[in-house]
Formats: sequence, structure tokens, C-alpha cells
Amino acid sequence: MMDLPVSVIGGYLGAGKTTLINHLLRHNEGQRLAVLVNEFGELPIDADLIESTGDGLIAISGGCVCCAFGSDLIGALADIQNMSPRPDHILIEASGVALPASIATSVGMIEGLRPDAILVLADAEQIRKNASNSYLADTIERQLNQADILLLTKADLVAAQQLKTVRDWLSEKFPGKRILPVTSGKIPISAALGALPFPARRAAGAETGHGRFHSLVLRSRHRIDAEVLGAALADDPGVDRAKGFVATATGMALIHVVGNRYSIEDVQEDHNTGVICIGLKDQFDQDRIQRIFETSEMRCQ
Amino acid sequence: MKTTIYSAQKVITMNPNQPEVSHVAVRDGRILGAGTLEDLAGWGPYELDDRFADKVLMPGLIEGHAHSMEGALWNFTYVGWFDRMDPDGKVWDGLKTVDEAVARLKEAASAMEDPDRPLLGWGFDPIYMANVRMTRADLDRVSDTRPIGVLHASGHILNVNTKGLDLAGLLKPGNTHPGIPLGEDGFPTGELKSPEIMMPAGQHVGMDRAFLSADPEALQNYARLCVRSGVTTSSDLGQQLDDDLVEMFSEVTGAGDYPVCLVPFRINMGLSPKELVEYTASLRERSTERLELGRIKVIADGSIQGFSARMRWPGYYNGAENGLWYIAPDQLAEIYERALEAGVQVHTHTNGDEATQLAIETMETSLRKHPDFDHRFTLQHCQLASAAQFRKMARLGMCVNLFANHHFYWGDEHYALTVGPERAQSMNACHTALAEGVPMTIHSDAPVTPLGPIFTAWAAVNRRTASGRVQGENERITVLQALHAVTLGAAITMKMDHQIGSIEIGKRADFAVLESDPTTVAPEALKDIPVWGTVQGGRIFEAASI
Repeated sequence: MMDLPVSVIGGYLGAGKTTLINHLLRHNEGQRLAVLVNEFGELPIDADLIESTGDGLIAISGGCVCCAFGSDLIGALADIQNMSPRPDHILIEASGVALPASIATSVGMIEGLRPDAILVLADAEQIRKNASNSYLADTIERQLNQADILLLTKADLVAAQQLKTVRDWLSEKFPGKRILPVTSGKIPISAALGALPFPARRAAGAETGHGRFHSLVLRSRHRIDAEVLGAALADDPGVDRAKGFVATATGMALIHVVGNRYSIEDVQEDHNTGVICIGLKDQFDQDRIQRIFETSEMRCQ
Repeated sequence: MKTTIYSAQKVITMNPNQPEVSHVAVRDGRILGAGTLEDLAGWGPYELDDRFADKVLMPGLIEGHAHSMEGALWNFTYVGWFDRMDPDGKVWDGLKTVDEAVARLKEAASAMEDPDRPLLGWGFDPIYMANVRMTRADLDRVSDTRPIGVLHASGHILNVNTKGLDLAGLLKPGNTHPGIPLGEDGFPTGELKSPEIMMPAGQHVGMDRAFLSADPEALQNYARLCVRSGVTTSSDLGQQLDDDLVEMFSEVTGAGDYPVCLVPFRINMGLSPKELVEYTASLRERSTERLELGRIKVIADGSIQGFSARMRWPGYYNGAENGLWYIAPDQLAEIYERALEAGVQVHTHTNGDEATQLAIETMETSLRKHPDFDHRFTLQHCQLASAAQFRKMARLGMCVNLFANHHFYWGDEHYALTVGPERAQSMNACHTALAEGVPMTIHSDAPVTPLGPIFTAWAAVNRRTASGRVQGENERITVLQALHAVTLGAAITMKMDHQIGSIEIGKRADFAVLESDPTTVAPEALKDIPVWGTVQGGRIFEAASI
């Protein structure tokens, strides 16, 4: 059994973490998500998605669940791992001042879990104000710096010029960081959490945010140097997420690319090969990505 | 309506109108009066009880910041540097070398039947052993098949043996995390630093869910430690109270022979500010004689020795990066505002001076929205508060609970490493707090340091570090000030001063029974005063038979 991927969603209060989570739950495209939040508080999940509640657990349509971890994240993760059926992806909503990389470190130490991505949300309207607050400045900078992908939220609430100013400011402060503007949390699950290049258990509906993204499935009859491919896709500024199986010289590997980071998992079982890459339309260069793929093919061996 | 009059060598009352008397009368668990036998005889028929004739009675001591977990820790093996008393009254010798710690763990392991059960030691303190590093090879000498963990006194480092490392999935070379030091072989040495690494690994060496949660046995053991240290009321500063846990507290403290009044605070974790305040307010009516409910504990930052406290400029003496917020400033504000509105008291853990500043500023803005002339919001630890901060706290109606035991246990460390000489001598500035008019108590934060208000008073009076230096002589307070702090001072910070904290007519008959007079011994000897036991609500508890 492959390790269960865990993504951490960070960002200061009001950055839109709850909105994003609700969007992903609503448009899960067949992925069973388990969401861990600090507290239930003002209910974090849209009422119409909830099937039942009880025992500190909210059951959500599509086989998803949500639970509050309070001060026992480790215990809550163990509970999720023991669920049947097992979820496909765990999302941890970090508290507004938590450092998401610390949570990812803990996750990385638990057998059966794989820290997948750190998504940090920045409110396009508020982020610069918060980042200049003397109590918060260093915390917010550390949070943003730990992101694999920065989601610039509430992009529709600011004028185009202001959005550009915020983006430029982020790009200057965190060079090379992938920045995705989003509105009302609308981002396809394949761009936020990754997806395998196979038909989803449930098709994407309208309003998912797919329209702003391009994707491309790479397939090859050749063997692939997974390290070369992973590194090159992580380097490509247009690819936000890539995921899929390739045949390597030694067997099968599962490649994960999140922003600038990639990881390779050796897998024992056979799988259909194919890697799906996804990125924002205006930055996604299909030809360039196709060329990257070809350079990782091991034709001469 | 039976009246008992106790005679004593001396009764120290904390009532300024008659600071010392010879007798105290008790009726229905309350103090009928204090004074001469002649004065008290006027209340009618009585029984004279001379059992304390050679003892000194004080108001029952009050621990304003401790955790009942101190009672649970004794299920595990103590391997600390200092001598420490367990709930049975046995004093465990402090261990001065890694070998001694290994030997004690071996002894504990040999008494365990199940060879796979984890063995956990606690209180290990290498800062007194020239910072020697314990390794997994050391702990493998205890056992290489049983998972073994050793938790450091600072709470920030966990050592595990090879088996523990293996179970945690860390027995492989090339780990790059700075909190996982590697040996020459490229494998982890077994030392695991920082909470995010300790917690997942800890579950394999006994720090599991049960370890972290309160249970009846822990509350019983904690109460026995209270009796041994003269404590009749103790906070339990930070429980994730829910209906089940409140029920457990009610049952345990409701037993006729439970010797302490517990004051568990609802910690902010796991509830939104709105729920936190509403739920805590709803608990007030479930308070009983020995269970005081309805207060909130908020944690604002980390610890100084863990470099996770939030510091103002220029930060840590050794240049470490600033610490962590454990609550967002906006959430702190929401809790303060809602709590003021609901009349619920909040105690806030602030270690670094930046966290203290945030709490003070948040208090000020919240009070503008919801004025309250007697809120007594209290800053807990508040170790680095400046005179200006104390001044502001006094004006805003705040109280403080300073961590006097830190002078002794970490004073040298603070001087050399964390905050440097200048700030080390003004840490936990009891004198300044009192001079600026902030109602003050002092605490042990047990199990971080041992429960014992008399020791804590000694620490505030003498400010001696473990190496014997007096650190910050101008911040020392008098014995009487310190005794006031661990009685009436603590009662004031918990808004219980109408019930406890002094030996005065109408208050609960809570006494600490001491073998000698703390006001006449040399201040240096304060900590050595033996505690005979307590009287709580008129019931007598002798330490020797608890």
C-alpha cells in the first residue's frame, strides 16, 4: 500500500483556508478527502455537504470526513489512517500562526504517511498589511516561505493593478515561488492536491476552476529517468503540480511534483504509466513540457 | 454544630489586622474565628484540639500554576538531576551521570513483565552534566529490545534507544532535519529535538494518548503531592475540559476524602473563541466545594529555554530566531472581548516580553469595548516583563503569576544563553511587580519544576541559581511578601480571595501545617521547613499517612 499523502494548508486568519477546503470537498472529483481542522468552531464545512455528525467527526458527501484535532494531531492522524475505506488524501488546516513546515515534519515521521504539499494562502487584500504588522511580520514571512505553492486568494476583490502589485511583491520576496491567484477558493483538485492521469471516480463539474488551468498527460513507451523528469518538472515555472507513474530502469516509480519540489516513490505493483502536469493557462507551455519529458526518456539504454 | 478550636505554636493569618494569633476556631469546615482562646470561647461550646500545639499554621498554600499531570508522571521513571519526592513521599535521589540514569532505568525495566512495553524516563537534565549528550547506545544498555525514551526536564528534547528509533521509522542514515542529530555512522544519535519531532516519535516510547490525558489516578496522586507540600487549593492550568472530563473531575474531587480543591482551567485549544467562552461560562454552575470551574487559559507563546518564547528586540542572547505564537493576535482579542462580555476570567501564558506586550495591548483595546472594573485577567509566567509593562498591567487591572522557580532551575542557563546577564537578573521581577501594584503570585508549573510553594517562596526570596549565584538581588522580596504571594496572592489571581488565602472569619478552614516557623528561620532555610500536612475544609490530612 502506498503512503497516504498529507497536504498542509497554512496562512493567517482570514486567508481563505476554510473556503478552499470547502471548494475541494465540493469538487473532489472522486477523491476521498479527510480534513483535519484545529477546531470545529463556526462550522468549517458548508452545511449542504454534511451527511452526519457525531463523535467528533463530520461525515461529508463523497466519502470525505472532517475532524478536529485540538492539541492531539498525532492521535487524530492515527485515527484517519485506521479508517475504512482509507481516504485518498489528508488535508491539515494549520492554525493561523502555525508554521506549516513543522506540521509537515511531524507528518513525515509517521509511518504510512507522506507529506505531500504545503499550500499557503495569502489574502490579496490583507497580506501586505498583515506582513507589516510588527507582531506578525516574521511569522507570516516564515509561513509564505515554507509554501510549495502560494495561493493568492480573494483575487477578485482587488483591482487588477493591486493584484499585480501584490504578485510582484510576493515574487520579489520569494523568488521562484509558484503563485496561483484564486477566487472563492476555486482551484481544481488536480492543481491543489494533484491527481493521477486516469479517469476520475467522479467527473469535474462546472465551477471547479478548471477553466483557468491547462493540463497535459505525458506518456512514453520508453523507460524514464524519474529523477531527471522530477527535477525538470519542478524547475519549470509553468508546472504547479505533476503526478503519475513511469517505468524506470529498475521498475515502477510514482513521481510527485509540487511547485519547486519533487519526490519519487518506488512502487512494487504494476500501474498504467502516464504523468499529468497542470498549471495556469498563461504560464503553461505544452511544447516546453513535452521537450522536458523527452529529455528524461532513456532511449539509448 | 460542633466547634473545634486548634491551638498552635503560631497561626500566621495573612490578615493585616492580626497577623499572628495563637488559636483558630473551625465550624462546618469554615473558619469561625482566629485569635486568643479567650476571644474564640465567646462563640459558645467548643472542643479544644491541641494536636497542632507545637506546629505553625498558615493559610492553606495555593498553587496558581501547576498541572495535575505531575501526578501521572510518577507512573514513569524519574531520572532528573535534583532529588524529587513522589506521591508516596519517597524522595528519589537526583542522578548525576548518564550511567546513573541508565542504572535506574535498568532497575525499572527489570520490574516490567511485558518485554515489549515501552519504558519512559523523565526529568533528565544534561545542562548540569556539562551538557553531555545521551545517545541511543547509552539507552541500548538498558534494553535493545524494549522501546525506551527519556524526556528532558526542559520538555524540549527526547532521547530514544535504537528500538525506539526503529519504531519511529528513523533508523536510517542521512536524515537532514536539524532536530535529529546524526552520529559518525550517519544514523541518528537518538536525540530528538523540538516538539514536531518528539511528538510523533514519543508515541512509540510511552508518550501516547493516555500519557497526555488526565485520569482519576493522576488526580489522586496529585492530591497526595499537594498534601505533602501544604497545598489546599491548586489550579490545573490547562485542561481540554469537555463534559466527560468535567464529570471525571467532579467524581474524583467529590469523594469525601479528597484533600484538595482543584481549579482546572479550560485551555483554548480545540475550541473557537466563541465556543471556548460559552462552554467555560456554562461550567461555572458545575463548580463544587472542591472543584472550581469557569476560567480560561490561553497560551500565547512558547518557552524561553526552548527558544520558542516571543521576544522583543533584540531577542535571544545567543542570536536564536524569534519564537512562536501559539495563538493569532486576532484570536486572542476575540477571546478577551467575549470573555469580558461574559464575565469569564482569562489567564494567559506569556513567556517572552513580546507576548506580554501583545496581551497588555489586547487587554487595553478589549477593555475599551467591554469595560470591567474587576476582571483580574492574569499573565502566567510573564518572565521578562519590564517595569513599564508591570505599570501598565497594574493600571489595566491585570494580575501576574511569576515563575520564581526558574531562578533556581534555569537561572544559570538564562544568564549564559537565552536572555543574557542583564535581563536574567530582572527576570520574574517580583519586587518590581509588587512595587508597581500588580497583584502577584508565584508558581512551580509542576511538573516542569516540583510542586512546593514553600520552595517557590524561597526561590523568590533568595533568587539563587543552581550554581549558587544570587541573580538579581534587587528583585528579591521579603519572606512575608513571598508567603503572601503563595496564599492570598494566588487567591486574588483566581478571584477566590473571598473564600481562601487567609485565616479569617468566614473563610474555608484551609491550613498548611508546618513543623517550624517560616517567619523566624533564616530566609536561606525557608525551603527546608518540613510540612506536617494540611487541613482542607476542616478535614485533617497528615502527609505521613496520606
